[in-house]
Amino acid sequence: MNCAIRTEGIVKSFGSRTVLDGIDLDIKGGEIFGLLGPSGAGKTTLIKILTGQLTQDSGTSYIGRKDTRKLTGADHKRFGITMDNFGLYDRLSCYENLLTFARIHGLPKSSITDALAKVGLSDAAKTPAGKLSKGMTGRLKLARAFMTDPDILFLDEPTSGLDPVSADEIHRIILSEKARGKTVFLTTHTMTEAEKLCGHIALLNEGKIVEYGSPEEICRRYDHQRMLKIHLSDGRDMELPHNSDAAAALSELIVSGRAETIHTTEPDLETVFMELTGKELSA
Amino acid sequence: MKNIIAVFLKQLSDTLKNKTVLIQFAMFPVLVIVFENAVKLEDMPEHFFARIFAVMFVGMAPLTCMSAIIAEEKEKNTLRVLMMSNVKPAEYLVGVGAYVFVMCAFGTAVFAAVGGYTGADLALFVGVMSAGIILSELTGAVIGVFSSNQMTATSITVPVMAIFSFLPMLSMFNDTIKAAARVTYSQQLSELINGIGVSEISAESMIVISVNLVIAVALFTMAYRKKGLE
Ligand SMILES: Nc1ncnc2c1ncn2[C@@H]1O[C@H](COP(=O)(O)OP(=O)(O)OP(=O)(O)O)[C@@H](O)[C@H]1O
Ligand SMILES: [Mg+2]
Repeated sequence: MNCAIRTEGIVKSFGSRTVLDGIDLDIKGGEIFGLLGPSGAGKTTLIKILTGQLTQDSGTSYIGRKDTRKLTGADHKRFGITMDNFGLYDRLSCYENLLTFARIHGLPKSSITDALAKVGLSDAAKTPAGKLSKGMTGRLKLARAFMTDPDILFLDEPTSGLDPVSADEIHRIILSEKARGKTVFLTTHTMTEAEKLCGHIALLNEGKIVEYGSPEEICRRYDHQRMLKIHLSDGRDMELPHNSDAAAALSELIVSGRAETIHTTEPDLETVFMELTGKELSA
Repeated sequence: MKNIIAVFLKQLSDTLKNKTVLIQFAMFPVLVIVFENAVKLEDMPEHFFARIFAVMFVGMAPLTCMSAIIAEEKEKNTLRVLMMSNVKPAEYLVGVGAYVFVMCAFGTAVFAAVGGYTGADLALFVGVMSAGIILSELTGAVIGVFSSNQMTATSITVPVMAIFSFLPMLSMFNDTIKAAARVTYSQQLSELINGIGVSEISAESMIVISVNLVIAVALFTMAYRKKGLE
């Protein structure tokens, strides 16, 4: 099954506001792709277009060979989607929530217990979805998305607002889906998440893709940002550029014994993003 | 079919947990048992409360429940998940409609028993109630489809429901109201129920009910075209 995602020149406006302004992407099947961008960049809008919940004004987008404007119910069955605008039945238990979708998809009851076990919610099977913590809610939504064994997962900020432990658990689940050959399209505000999970990422800013590549590639491209961070014996910190210009100053510090520790700071995606856009990524 | 069943069963497991809906289903059937047994007025026609509450029940419960269920499902963004799971809008509406119908059938059974209907009268009573439930469901579905959240749905439901469920009662006391109420299906249902075993089904009732049905279907189609199930 061809699960590659390809977009060419996607444009989408709401009223006079152009939210996506010519998006070209080429995502291979079987990888985790991360779309990063500040709040309001248009990440959710792109997921909606790719999953057929919205139609672009111009440009084309394909999942496999299928134009996303012509997706059918059968295509939707290949997708696992979690996003903010995908709700749960608050009064129904976790089990009952999944049961409804197991019936719709014609899955055996065992698929429900399996899905709950996979996301570590077996003990909460009888808990009403409305009573779950935020992390548990996220995991229940993932369980619902995974339950049908979809080929492609669209995860819109799967870990936003979660504590590190819950986020880690979700990362583990996402990585295990990738190991099973699934294609994952996720959006995030957090660079560390992208670096940890994604084979390729795109940075989206003001409706345009401003950078694309593997996280390492992108960081390497911004290597000129590498700095030396020196902790001085008087307790102060100073930064020097990582090049020959700094050599004299550095040797002076070492000879005089004033340099206590010296580190190089690698540019991380966060700083790359700052340089590209002048904006903080995470709000 | 499996989608309709899934929606139906989902609603069923929600019944005891959803107080708004549960009260609607239970209130009048419980009231009729209490009133018929406890309240005796001078010159009160036989089974007075069974008849009056049956009409109020039909005007209120299916309408409120349909609109509340659909509007909540929109507000909580669960309807979208169903649609993205290849549940067709018609399947969804039939599933919810069937659920509300079945729940109201229990109520109808209570009214039939308390009202002491038997034989052909019972069949007619059940037929009239069923027609009423379906009409009210359609009206409720129009409101549910039109509203994007529960607040809006409630603010439309209350006056609409008041018209359909209280007019027949008020028209017993006031001829002007009665004249106006004649064009509503619930007034005609009331007349049909009061006429069981006494008079024939009037052409007027059949016409008004049919016209109401046509209007409800037209409104529903309009609301659905305009808003869809989003
Ligand atoms: N249906 C809509 N009508 C009008 N404007 C919209 C609509 N949907 C999104 N927008 C606008 O489009 C812009 C991008 O929204 P989008 O939700 O795609 O951003 P995002 O990158 O997902 O942000 P966040 O990180 O906050 O989720 C925002 O300015 C938003 O207000
Ligand atoms: Mg978003």
